[in-house]
Amino acid sequence: MIGDFIDGPLWYFSAAVFLLGVIWRLIAILRIGVTVDLSVARSSGAGGALRTLFSRSLPRRPVLTRGKLQFVAGYMFHLGLFALLFLAQPHVEFISRRITGFGWTTLPHWGFMLVSEAAFAGLLLLLLYRLMHPVTRLISRAGDYAASLLVFLVMLSGCLALARAYEPLRLLHLLLAELLLIYFPFSTLMHAFTFAVSRGYTGAGMARKGVNA
Amino acid sequence: MRDAGADNMNDRIAAACDELRRQIDARVSSYFSSCVHCGLCAEACHFHVETDDPRYTPIYKLEPMRKLWRQEHTLLGRLGAVLGRSSGLSERDFADWEELVYDSCNLCGRCSMVCPLGIDITYMLRKQREAFNLSGYVPDGMQKALERTLDTGSPMGVTLKTLKATLAHIEKATGLTIPIDREGAEYMTLFSSMEVVNFPEYIESIARIFDAAALSWTISSEAFEATNAGIQVGSRDGAKEIVSRAVDAAEKLGVKYLISPECGHAYTAIRWEGPNLIGRRYKFEVVHILELLDQLHREGRLKFSGSSDTPMTLHDPCQIVRRGGVVEPPRNLLHKVASGFVESTDHAAMNWCCGGGGGVSANERAEALRLKVFGRKKKQFEELGVDTVVTACANCRIVLEEGLEHYEMETQVIGLTELVAEYLEQ
Repeated sequence: MIGDFIDGPLWYFSAAVFLLGVIWRLIAILRIGVTVDLSVARSSGAGGALRTLFSRSLPRRPVLTRGKLQFVAGYMFHLGLFALLFLAQPHVEFISRRITGFGWTTLPHWGFMLVSEAAFAGLLLLLLYRLMHPVTRLISRAGDYAASLLVFLVMLSGCLALARAYEPLRLLHLLLAELLLIYFPFSTLMHAFTFAVSRGYTGAGMARKGVNA
Repeated sequence: MRDAGADNMNDRIAAACDELRRQIDARVSSYFSSCVHCGLCAEACHFHVETDDPRYTPIYKLEPMRKLWRQEHTLLGRLGAVLGRSSGLSERDFADWEELVYDSCNLCGRCSMVCPLGIDITYMLRKQREAFNLSGYVPDGMQKALERTLDTGSPMGVTLKTLKATLAHIEKATGLTIPIDREGAEYMTLFSSMEVVNFPEYIESIARIFDAAALSWTISSEAFEATNAGIQVGSRDGAKEIVSRAVDAAEKLGVKYLISPECGHAYTAIRWEGPNLIGRRYKFEVVHILELLDQLHREGRLKFSGSSDTPMTLHDPCQIVRRGGVVEPPRNLLHKVASGFVESTDHAAMNWCCGGGGGVSANERAEALRLKVFGRKKKQFEELGVDTVVTACANCRIVLEEGLEHYEMETQVIGLTELVAEYLEQ
């Protein structure tokens, strides 16, 4: 009964909240607009926006030394999570069955183990850093911890479900993932989409001045 | 009976909150939506790096603006406000953050260059100052500099008489005539008061250079001050008035170009913010003195003879280079006149600020902190082992000199335009 609800209506509801929520948040941001800059630009902002969209994925050397742990843990977590989400066999099967109608090549078991360990280690390191470093401790909000905890629980339940092939664990994983989808648009997790907007604005603004941001 | 002072304060805080609302545009909203509070911006800020005080984390300096944004632009924030879980901004927020907003931020923009989410923190800090100005929580020194500029035309009280006296000395020393109010001249130049009072050699240098390049130029008796304390304080009306004076004078004389002097924030004010402040484009172009010198050299109108082999490095003024885009011209010029020129480890768009930008040098109560964070520049110069630093901003220059004296360093600071003038082909 509960399993049917999690597998059925709650999945569709959470997917709809996620999709509509993300679109609503993006529209809410963009509709505020920006004042037209009347200064004469040195170069087009479009190229700068595109350049910064990609260049900020690489660390700037001057802060690489001091922020080494965050960069390494950040890459481990984000790349690991991306691989888990889109290349783990159960996920590809789920996406194929429920959304796309087609699948693609999945990670072998050893690859799955590797990326899941990297993602776990990265997430835990980032969380520890957030808890222990005076700067992140000061600036972090409840939402930052809530998002980290929810992502951790989703990943943990997913790994347990795969290891034990036990239906209640699969349902627990799906339930947590659905909660994550519902929470996503209203949390800092939105950075997964808004990063493109913020990088674009900064890249364009700086390119107008002739600075490679 | 109601307290008139409290009413007045409530009005000011209400006006400041309205201003913050006005300042939250799509850029700001995308920035706050993207921030994951990773704290990397702290590693780029000399105030944090030199003190290890987490309060100096750049994004934390924006807490009042973030608080308002969260309450009014997010579902959970709005819900919290409705349920009484969070209160609006109060006078306490402005009082507590004044020091972080003005004393420990140079608006240098280094934090904006490293954020993995691409957040331009400086863009928001500049906007937040507009609200702080209305709240009345602005350092006295900066407020007075603005008032003096609006009253006398200069933050240091330099009048036309003072300038004319300086020009008379220069004319006597060089045998040149410095043109004032020459209608139809191609270029009109501005100065910073610091140049008139502390570094008149800059004015002498451009007189000699422009003569050598046969440049048609003039000074306006109606507007010669380039610095704009309104930008630093966050006073839109003040900044607009100061920019308008220069724009009106340049358009009255019918010049084609307005030369921004060796002053960082003056360039930002007149080149990038000015048109937005007055609400229209100018009838002339703004050119920084370094861009002009580089251009004159490339056109063959400026020739050099010899160069300095003294080991020297360049201190990039933040508002000219990182926030202004004049990155290559100083380097092109230095490669011509200084064979001993070497780059610092962190240079150009990633250079460390001198600590005096953003009005901090005019803020007396911030002096001890400013000198402490100058330790970053000290280390930078010591690592390089040079005895001479060349820069292109009068404010940076005086701040560097004070810092070097404080740390009892023998390093000499020189202006780039003067260095160029020294090697002019006769």
